[in-house]
Amino acid sequence: MAPEPETMPISVDFLGGLETLFSNNPRHTISLPLLNPSDSSPANVGFLISHLVKNHLKHPRTEFFVQDDGHLTPGILVLINDADWELEGEEECELKAGDKVVFVSTMHGG
Amino acid sequence: MQHNSTEEQRSNGVATLANGERTGSGRRLTDEEFDRYSRQMIVPGMGKEAQLRLINSKVLIIGAGGLGCPAAQYIAGAGIGTIGIIDGDVVEPSNLHRQVGHATSRIGMKKADSLISHLRDLNPLPTYVPYTFPISPDNAADIISQYDLVLDCTDNPATRYLISDVCVLLYKPLVSAASVQKSGQLIVLNCPPTPQGRVDKKYPPCYRCCFRTPPPANTQLSCGEAGIMGPVVGLMGVAQAGEAIKILASGLHLPSSTSNDTGDDPHNLIQPALLIHSYDLNAAPGPYTFRALKMASRKKNCIACGENSPQTLTLEGIKSSNPNYLQFCGLQTPKTILPVQDRITASAYHATRQSGQLQNHILLDTREKEHFSFGSIDGAVNVPFGKLLMKAATIKRDGGNAEEILPIKSAEDPIFVVCRRGLDSQEAVEKLKELGVDHGGKRKIVDIIGGMKAWKEEVDPSFPFI
Repeated sequence: MAPEPETMPISVDFLGGLETLFSNNPRHTISLPLLNPSDSSPANVGFLISHLVKNHLKHPRTEFFVQDDGHLTPGILVLINDADWELEGEEECELKAGDKVVFVSTMHGG
Repeated sequence: MQHNSTEEQRSNGVATLANGERTGSGRRLTDEEFDRYSRQMIVPGMGKEAQLRLINSKVLIIGAGGLGCPAAQYIAGAGIGTIGIIDGDVVEPSNLHRQVGHATSRIGMKKADSLISHLRDLNPLPTYVPYTFPISPDNAADIISQYDLVLDCTDNPATRYLISDVCVLLYKPLVSAASVQKSGQLIVLNCPPTPQGRVDKKYPPCYRCCFRTPPPANTQLSCGEAGIMGPVVGLMGVAQAGEAIKILASGLHLPSSTSNDTGDDPHNLIQPALLIHSYDLNAAPGPYTFRALKMASRKKNCIACGENSPQTLTLEGIKSSNPNYLQFCGLQTPKTILPVQDRITASAYHATRQSGQLQNHILLDTREKEHFSFGSIDGAVNVPFGKLLMKAATIKRDGGNAEEILPIKSAEDPIFVVCRRGLDSQEAVEKLKELGVDHGGKRKIVDIIGGMKAWKEEVDPSFPFI
């Protein structure tokens, strides 16, 4: 049997309605493998997103979180340790134990 | 000055102050103004000067709905001197649980007129300006240019980008809020207003800096489709008024380039924040009810306010459809995905049923169960679109009998699919065919064009469409 992959805790928050896709829970603590098993590269935000989709996204309307190509749906803000992910390299941003990632869906109604 | 006013009010009362003290703004408050605004003027940090700034201010409220109504009440109550209200819609009964500036007696009236009639009753002192048509690339600059500050209380992304772009170009601070279902958001943008293209220091962001790309059209939830809790959107609207009053009372709306061009402008130190309100029907207020997220300042590469923005965004451009807001937000072409032979109008479906030509068939209603519970076509069975997609995904992944998606067992009867407005139903037809429920084309699976909305319009006007 293969050994369990080593993991790190990542805090993930869902806001702006996204929590309804994730068991109506606004805060999850994820055990994220240190390495992306597909290419053994260090876990980054792109890997976190696919990990969330595979293991935590229980809702059928997945298009509200990811597109068919696996990338995050436009209109969702991502904050990594309180900073806009555009400044951190977006999906390429590597994660370390204890990092806080926030996904916020932009609303338009009124 | 503010300090003195407060002290004098404490000892002599508000009326004495009205008769005695002149202000730096060269005008006294009238007795009526003193009476009306006394309770907010005596709040530490406000005072008479701040009140005069409010009275001399002009605020434009775009959208007289769930955000605009509560925002306008407090803007008017606070004594903002000129208040413009722009909205092309009329008051409908389904608005009234949250759009509390309207009234049952004003159903059918233009929202801008209805809200102003309410505001006049609340405070007759301000000048009210109704615009009973929607804001558009053609008229936005002409209207916005007449105001000091804008509240974005609209309900769609295309308009939100338009308003932000024009506010950047005309140096207007923008207080933007949005809400749907059980969540709300609020952010102050372009405050203090800073000329396009300046990126030498930290400057406030615009809407595009924060929300660079709109969500795809199929994931844009409207209050009409997803629902909205009144107090959630109401809180956001009230908070907008609060931010606007703060900005105007302290003179933050004045462009930073003119107030202080060279030195360290304290205005620049404002940390942009996005306020998120999450309301939970099943829980008491908790740690995530209100969150303030730190946002980045102006982005260098923003097409509206960044480094090269004077080349990418101009008022003339906006008027001649550059940028094209509808296209940008994916709203230009309503999606029709099914060929005509797979579709039927609501009236044709009804007529075929009435004539007896349609004996056994399955009528699949893919609306949410809350919608279905208010009424459906005779014989319809409910499989909410989300559930259908989930079942389809499970069958695709794990195998299994595709027929089990349907609550009625019958391998041959034709299937008619209806949803709320005719979009989900088309996707449902596609999904069912993909799974082979149509037996390679032998069994008909048809979409009812325009959904229950069309059913109400074409067949049954008494149907309770929500």
